[in-house]
Amino acid sequence: MTAPLLAIENVTKVFAGAVTALEGMTLALNDGDFVSLLGPSGCGKSTALRLIAGLSSPTKGRIRWREGAEGALGVVFQEPTLAPWATVFDNVWLPLRLAGVSKSDARDRVEESLSAVGLGGFSGAYPRELSGGMKMRVSIARAMVTKPRLLLMDEPFAALDEITRFKLNDDLLALHERLGCTVVFVTHSVFESVFLSTRIVVMAARPGRVIRELRVSAPTPRDDAFRTSAAYAEQCRLTSAALREAMEDA
Amino acid sequence: MTALDMPDRSAPPAIDLEELARLRRRRLEKLGAWALPVLVVALSLAAWDWVVRVNDIPHFILPRPGRVWSQLLADWPLLSQALMVTLRITVFALALAVSLGGGLAVLFSLSRWVEMSLFPYAVVLQVTPIVAIAPLIFIYVDSPFVGMMICAWIVAFFPILSNTTLGLRSADRNLEDLFTIYGATRWQRLRYLQLPSAMPYFLGGLRIAGGLALIGAVVAEFAGGVAGRNGGLAFRILEASYRLNVPRMFAALALIAVAGIAIFAITSLVSHLALRRWHESALTRER
Ligand SMILES: Nc1ncnc2c1ncn2[C@@H]1O[C@H](COP(=O)(O)OP(=O)(O)O)[C@@H](O)[C@H]1O
Ligand SMILES: [Mg+2]
Repeated sequence: MTAPLLAIENVTKVFAGAVTALEGMTLALNDGDFVSLLGPSGCGKSTALRLIAGLSSPTKGRIRWREGAEGALGVVFQEPTLAPWATVFDNVWLPLRLAGVSKSDARDRVEESLSAVGLGGFSGAYPRELSGGMKMRVSIARAMVTKPRLLLMDEPFAALDEITRFKLNDDLLALHERLGCTVVFVTHSVFESVFLSTRIVVMAARPGRVIRELRVSAPTPRDDAFRTSAAYAEQCRLTSAALREAMEDA
Repeated sequence: MTALDMPDRSAPPAIDLEELARLRRRRLEKLGAWALPVLVVALSLAAWDWVVRVNDIPHFILPRPGRVWSQLLADWPLLSQALMVTLRITVFALALAVSLGGGLAVLFSLSRWVEMSLFPYAVVLQVTPIVAIAPLIFIYVDSPFVGMMICAWIVAFFPILSNTTLGLRSADRNLEDLFTIYGATRWQRLRYLQLPSAMPYFLGGLRIAGGLALIGAVVAEFAGGVAGRNGGLAFRILEASYRLNVPRMFAALALIAVAGIAIFAITSLVSHLALRRWHESALTRER
């Protein structure tokens, strides 16, 4: 068996002021996994993502990438986090631009990434001309333009209305299916995590830690039929129970 | 594709009464935006004229507006030359304030230590009245033109420095993280993130600095400018006051006011053009 894409080994993060944001987290991310981090706010989900992204370093433990795949990641935040002064094209071009790819060399990849999220033809628009859902799509296109092995998403759809969220969930699954990257998806919605994930990591707060891991065995790709199926309802029930247990533990 | 979050691009339906009223109101507001100030100015001039006429005030105390106008035309060769002198000082000082204030702000953003060391001096320069510093400057600087320019620069550069410094630091935190994740160099971070974020702040500073540079240029001339052919508008005002030529004083004053308005209009236009594609301040809002 090959080494996991990324291994989080017994990682603890203590912030100044002795806040233990994360305690003894261990998690192995394999190719093609869709892992949700599910838990109440303050349980260290964002902290875990920032550690994986290399934006902060563990107090204890370590994070190990598979050799040759180091740092190949894309990030989507809760806000679309687009540069308002730049067009959609320039926003998606950014990661390539920072790697020294010229605009003309980047053109094909940027356009491809934009059409993958259903925004072909919007290159010249400015972020303010787009709806919340479309901005989020641009943000996803930007994260995918470097063809990362690992995609980190921190409550990306939490601020969107439910109809838009469902649509983006569907499209994200299709994208995941097609590109085969590994996704770590932070959410506090049981329904969203069950619909999207192959694995759900349930976390509790004070200190932030992993309570248990659930597998969602329903076959992929999933569609609207799955949303209304008995299997989905049952999985949501199990996950809710695990989450309730996590909240009581805290 | 059939995404649900696309805006509706179909043609708008027929307009209802409320919308019609709102349209009419907006059109009226647009008209009022320039018609009202013009009306106010015209009324004030008429009132001024009336007061002078009714009270029979002699023109060497308070001239009628028409008298100021004819004086302006008669003195135009003299006053236009003075205006050019004042404007040249203003523009040079503003250019210097933009380059030095902006440059120093970038330096501050690169090094917190430099900022901590130098910022107090910027504040001292800002809070010390320019009329108090000007005589000293004219002692150490031989050329009066350079001296006046330095005075105007001192007044103008602080808003640019402080605004730009604030702007360079106000980049979105998540975007900053994104730049870190993608391994951006210091230069890339400055070029693609901090400078664009600072743009609205810088332009706000520029609008203030433009007016201040003009004020600085006039004040500096009062404090130690040159007399004669190379004198600016302040010199012409002083000279006219010695000769009790009040109409010319008013004419010169009017020129300074018009120059100030023009500078504000130009910097506002520059700001609008630079930001109109993306910044909230430059958008015409619905509702
Ligand atoms: N930079 C920081 N400094 C100090 N405490 C922090 C910092 N970031 C997060 N925390 C604390 O760590 C805990 C976990 O935060 P976070 O990972 O953001 O939780 P979540 O994303 O699950 O809501 C919280 O108690 C939070 O206040
Ligand atoms: Mg969070």
